[in-house]
Amino acid sequence: MGDRGRRALLAGLGAVLVAFPWVFVNPYPRDVMIRIFLYALLAQAWNLLGGYCGQVSLGSAVFFGIGAYTSSVLSLWWGVSPWIGMLAGMALAVLVSQAIGYPCFRLRGHYFAIATIGIGEIVQTVAINWDAIGGARGIWLPIKPETLVNFQFHRAKWAYYYVALALLAAVFGLTAFVERSRLGYYFRAIREDPDAAQSLGVPLTRYKLLAIAGSAAFTALGGTFYAQYVLFIDPESVFPTSLSILVCLVAVLGGVGTLWGPALGAAVLISLSETTRIWLGGTGKAVDLMIYGGLIVLVSVFQPGGLVGLVGRLGRRPGGPASPTPVVVPQGTG
Amino acid sequence: MTKRFGGLVANQGITFDVAPGEIVGVIGPNGAGKSTLFDVITGFYQPDGGDIRFAGETLTGLRPDQINRRGIGRTFQKLRPFNGMTVRENVTVGALARAVSTGAAHVEADRCLALVGLAGKAGAFARELSTGQRKRLEMARAMATRPRLLMLDEVTGGVDQRSIPDLVALISRLRDAGVTLIVIEHNMRVIMSVATRIVALHLGEKIADGPPADVVRDRRLVEAYLGAAYL
Amino acid sequence: MTAEVVAQALLSGLLMGFVYALVAAGLSLIFGLMEIVNFAHGEFLMLAMFATFWAWALAGLDPVLALPLATALLFGVGWIVYRGVISRILAAPMLAQIFATFGLSVFLRSGAQFLWTPDFRLVQNPWIRGRFSLLGLFVGAPQLAAALAALLAFGLLYWFITRTETGLALQATAQDRQAAALMGINTERMFALGWGLGAACVGTAGALLANFFYVFPDVGAVFALLAYVTVALGGFGNVAATLLGGVLIGLVENLVGLWAPAFKYVGVFCFYLLVVLWRPQGLFGRY
Repeated sequence: MGDRGRRALLAGLGAVLVAFPWVFVNPYPRDVMIRIFLYALLAQAWNLLGGYCGQVSLGSAVFFGIGAYTSSVLSLWWGVSPWIGMLAGMALAVLVSQAIGYPCFRLRGHYFAIATIGIGEIVQTVAINWDAIGGARGIWLPIKPETLVNFQFHRAKWAYYYVALALLAAVFGLTAFVERSRLGYYFRAIREDPDAAQSLGVPLTRYKLLAIAGSAAFTALGGTFYAQYVLFIDPESVFPTSLSILVCLVAVLGGVGTLWGPALGAAVLISLSETTRIWLGGTGKAVDLMIYGGLIVLVSVFQPGGLVGLVGRLGRRPGGPASPTPVVVPQGTG
Repeated sequence: MTKRFGGLVANQGITFDVAPGEIVGVIGPNGAGKSTLFDVITGFYQPDGGDIRFAGETLTGLRPDQINRRGIGRTFQKLRPFNGMTVRENVTVGALARAVSTGAAHVEADRCLALVGLAGKAGAFARELSTGQRKRLEMARAMATRPRLLMLDEVTGGVDQRSIPDLVALISRLRDAGVTLIVIEHNMRVIMSVATRIVALHLGEKIADGPPADVVRDRRLVEAYLGAAYL
Repeated sequence: MTAEVVAQALLSGLLMGFVYALVAAGLSLIFGLMEIVNFAHGEFLMLAMFATFWAWALAGLDPVLALPLATALLFGVGWIVYRGVISRILAAPMLAQIFATFGLSVFLRSGAQFLWTPDFRLVQNPWIRGRFSLLGLFVGAPQLAAALAALLAFGLLYWFITRTETGLALQATAQDRQAAALMGINTERMFALGWGLGAACVGTAGALLANFFYVFPDVGAVFALLAYVTVALGGFGNVAATLLGGVLIGLVENLVGLWAPAFKYVGVFCFYLLVVLWRPQGLFGRY
């Protein structure tokens, strides 16, 4: 499929997504789509660090929560517009990401992954015990008039859909740009073989820090959106390790290190969990989760390159699929 | 320069100079410390004693990427292609060390691929290449960083006989392109035909250093490398 | 905060640490063989605990008697999981392998909830029960028995790996799969054995824990996380080091728990971070 064919497909997809809330007026499908957009955004953010750059992190929730809490606290205490709060949240997340990355990037593979889990748990526990920002009770965001500036919509909830879509498109666009740039090449070189990359002049730590900065910023973006959408946040909803794992799962199922993997993974996984929940979840018997878990196993066994591998025959991606991330890179001597 | 790993002395007091335009061959039996020497020079290990100087600057204490920026490129004995990337992308990574934009890097990458004779394989994934092709890919990749000194670790290892003359010609082409070369090699015929000087290592020490014709007649070297039966 | 209280915490931590070590040993064994972290390890533990509980509830078997049964059962589970799932993904990318075991863990956990409800259960009046005084400190008999048995099991495992022919074959396969195959070692069987043994460790640990711990579908989650940290702390690729790792985790958990119970896992993770930032491959890691 040539460039023009791909562009046509993209335009078609865009048209479908824009028209969606007008065709499906019922709030439920719209809300499912918003969740898909959010997870696709978070998974793409994870993909930047974990997929392209090969540093598998299980701590996305840290940045998600920072985004959510920063904008919410600023809005609650000083009436700061959530959009400014979003930028502030992104900035803080980037700072924290550097503080985490600088000492931890000397760790490889599993050691790094566990460190990120640990940091996530620490941050969540701190948030639970920090009463000034609500502690375990969380924060209820004050209801404000429904305007774009206030980033709240009550009767016109479809506006959330378009905001989420716009944010997702922005993140995807930026990621596509990075993929073709020096950053993209260096990230992938670091993932494939850090020693060879170094011998070609790639400064490892600097680029890993850039990757985690981008990942943190995008994730925090999602956090602010979530806070404004749900209008209630607490440590359990925005900082849990289970969220980090889910984000990673979405990216992996879709296809690690590919541009469309996160979107595909989110679409399939969220639809799957919604469907099983509706059809089988009500009994509280967890049958839906059994099927969910079983399907994850099946996909891992039969399509380990992720769902993008199935669709991949439609056209060559500029970056090529990763021989995805080895989590442990045993040290070899040169 | 001296390098120890615990109780094992991999490199003991090795000293030699390399002048611009030379092709220095480094030979020695397995375990002589050749690859360790390369690893120390390129910053993957820090020496326990001694110093590495390049163009008037000391390299000791620098990271591998910093050393590359100062003009030293290398290949690896155990090949390390970026498997998930195409041949062209592999070389582009190297080219980005000097290029201002990815566009310029692509141009440089194509130039280096043409130099090593892999232009036809630019779109293939690195993992699809044969051993000989991968060796040339590593050379192209390292050349793309525009080094002044290029260190080749095992050029002909694992390559079939027919391809060797091409590789030898390639080494000469690289030198003609203005690069000084240090080459680790086991194939004596290759070394004899390209090297301007030979440094021989044995058990971590330098046992010979001079023009090929002289070194090959050195008694200690022949005994160490080929065995006393050859004397 | 008296010295006695601290000593009590240290003792509890030490005892629990041996159990953590046994759970982690299984994980480390599997990882050493094929570089796969078994994310369903906690669920294996949960299955063992449930098996022990049901043996008591339905057949009146005390956990002490159920222990060999649980161990054998989990050996079988490990073997089957290897043959059924893992063997098909040996060549797959690492992240796909991780998510295969992760999917398995979700499946097992929700399966347990489906079969047995989320209710908490506890074995009543096991043979080993009560507390007694040891050097002025109180020791729970089940906890002490668990610690000693775990230590024994750990020692048995270590002896098996290092002193028996099969065990050495296992190590050989772990270090160099191809070389081992060339020497006539059936690597497929070694992998299945590794999974079986790794799961069996957890089977024993589960039976021991069922003496005094509540049994419920999610019980494996925390243990799995602590086991993961324990292996990393000791160092991936070194089964013996998990003993030290487990003990350290147990001690840190209880000491910090004494001072600030809400922060006990924070303490564990901070300790982990401090250790690996000092030694990036754990205390004695091979990778």
